[in-house]
Amino acid sequence: MTEAQPNRVTYGSTLVELGHRNPRIVVLDADVPKSTNTCQFQQAFPDRFFNCGVAEQNMICVAAGLAASGKIAFASTFAVFASMRACEQIRTSVAYPRLNVKIVATNAGLDNAGDGVTHQGIEDLAIMRSIPNLTVLSPSDPVTTRKAVLAVAQQDGPIYMRLGRNLSPLLHNENVDFQIGRMIRLREGTDLTIIATGNMAHAAVTAAKALSEQGIQARVLDCHTIKPIDREAILAAANETMGIVTAEDHSIIGGLGSAVCEALSECCPALVRRVGLKDCFASSGRDYRKLLAYFQMDATAIQAEAEALMQSRRAVKVPSMLTECPAI
Amino acid sequence: MSLDSQRLEMTARKLRRQIIRMIAGAGSGHCGGSLSAIDLLTYLYFCELRVRPDQPQWLERDRFLLSKGHCAPALYAVLAERGFFPEEKLWTLRDINSSLQGHPDMNKTPGLDMTTGSLGQGFSCAVGMALAAKIDHMDYTVYVMLGDSELQTGLVWEAAMLARHHGLDNLIAIIDNNKLQSDGVTETIVDIEPIADKWRGFGWEARRIDGHDFHQIHVAFAESKSPNQQPKVIIADTVKGKGVSFMEGVVAWHSGAPNAEQTQAALKELAADL
Repeated sequence: MTEAQPNRVTYGSTLVELGHRNPRIVVLDADVPKSTNTCQFQQAFPDRFFNCGVAEQNMICVAAGLAASGKIAFASTFAVFASMRACEQIRTSVAYPRLNVKIVATNAGLDNAGDGVTHQGIEDLAIMRSIPNLTVLSPSDPVTTRKAVLAVAQQDGPIYMRLGRNLSPLLHNENVDFQIGRMIRLREGTDLTIIATGNMAHAAVTAAKALSEQGIQARVLDCHTIKPIDREAILAAANETMGIVTAEDHSIIGGLGSAVCEALSECCPALVRRVGLKDCFASSGRDYRKLLAYFQMDATAIQAEAEALMQSRRAVKVPSMLTECPAI
Repeated sequence: MSLDSQRLEMTARKLRRQIIRMIAGAGSGHCGGSLSAIDLLTYLYFCELRVRPDQPQWLERDRFLLSKGHCAPALYAVLAERGFFPEEKLWTLRDINSSLQGHPDMNKTPGLDMTTGSLGQGFSCAVGMALAAKIDHMDYTVYVMLGDSELQTGLVWEAAMLARHHGLDNLIAIIDNNKLQSDGVTETIVDIEPIADKWRGFGWEARRIDGHDFHQIHVAFAESKSPNQQPKVIIADTVKGKGVSFMEGVVAWHSGAPNAEQTQAALKELAADL
């Protein structure tokens, strides 16, 4: 039975599960296995675990070499180092040759509150999303994290997955239908839609409950796959509700919010308000929740954006979706 | 194995002509480094590597990675000569959707074990492959060729450290030490000497040879086989542009295609009879 726990802990236990099932699984880390939780696999399968030391670029290419030799290579470090220090290695030695390397990065977003800006990966979704051949995942809770890790081990080819380090409450039940590329509806609603990814899915549900008390019914979608983005769910949200609020523990540039806007702008312009880090570096914080609140990235912020969106919809007579752009 | 140096020299001479014709036809490419590496590549594919051209994915094959991927024309020429694909493919180099891309693409060219060309990465991938052989208790050897100036990139030394840490004595690196790089003489840009000391300092077993002397090449590879937990490196002193007198040691021939007149002169100098 899955319990509320940090997604990285679920990642570690799922790796062990995979290790028992499949001898082709190997795991690499860059001096942070206790943090990423690959230490669970390290203990269970020391012969198939490689700590590459503080050398993320090398870790990614070594993983590529292992994958080219028939292994399914999971490589883990913090999101900021995976996506930026080892970015070109991921692009050229993993994504371009479509090798079976699964980059699972933890401490995504402001999650690593105390360490501050140097260790906060706020651009990883934007960077990884732009690389061809790469599937990009950001699961929200322990249930979907486990299913995501199992799914990527099954799927041949490169993926990037980001996970949080803090406690993740359960959002889904064990029977949830998890498919890469398909958002999961967490709450029904017809007034507006909140599309959230990773840690922010829980905040989105909290915000939706508060909005409901004001008579605003928000649909909540858990967007665990950033690429390929679920266009169908986005277009349905635009057509069936009055607008979209996106929520991500990531820069508002290039991540979930951008992916949603790109999907909409080509065929179904709709009002979108993005909750995320507003093109600035954050700060250290002693408490992750307080840090998110300070940078207006919590349930209260989502709620405020939703209210503002509803207000602007009431103030402006919005033209029919498919014929004209909203004049806002 | 007895060494037929004369035959290898004739083969390398033919491959040099093909390198010139390929790059001239493509309109761009890297003549200098391809010509400095071709003797080593000829030896590897005709005397050293355990490969099956009709079965390029054979699991027990030795692996070869051209980490200095810009010298792909030399590798393509030798792969075709060894029978991995028909020679006429060579004349499609760098064309749209050609199986012979500007830099090696493992998914497009039969016989390639890795996509390489971003300097440092191929070497690091080779360490992963040698590690895989150890995990699987396979006895193949992983060979990887680097350029001398490639040693300027930090990734090489990250990988060198890891290879030694895991005792990868099934890994042989070959440095095509032609002493020139894109912007000039390596020594004047960022000096990489003393090369052998650097590798030895990283725990590798290092040898230094003349990379155009087949006898020395033969001895170096033969001696680089001991199962002593040490990865091996062969530092091969070479001449950039070797075999075409107006290209030898000339920085400008790092990249760029010869024009019609230069192509004729080069082919004449590399004519079939010695």
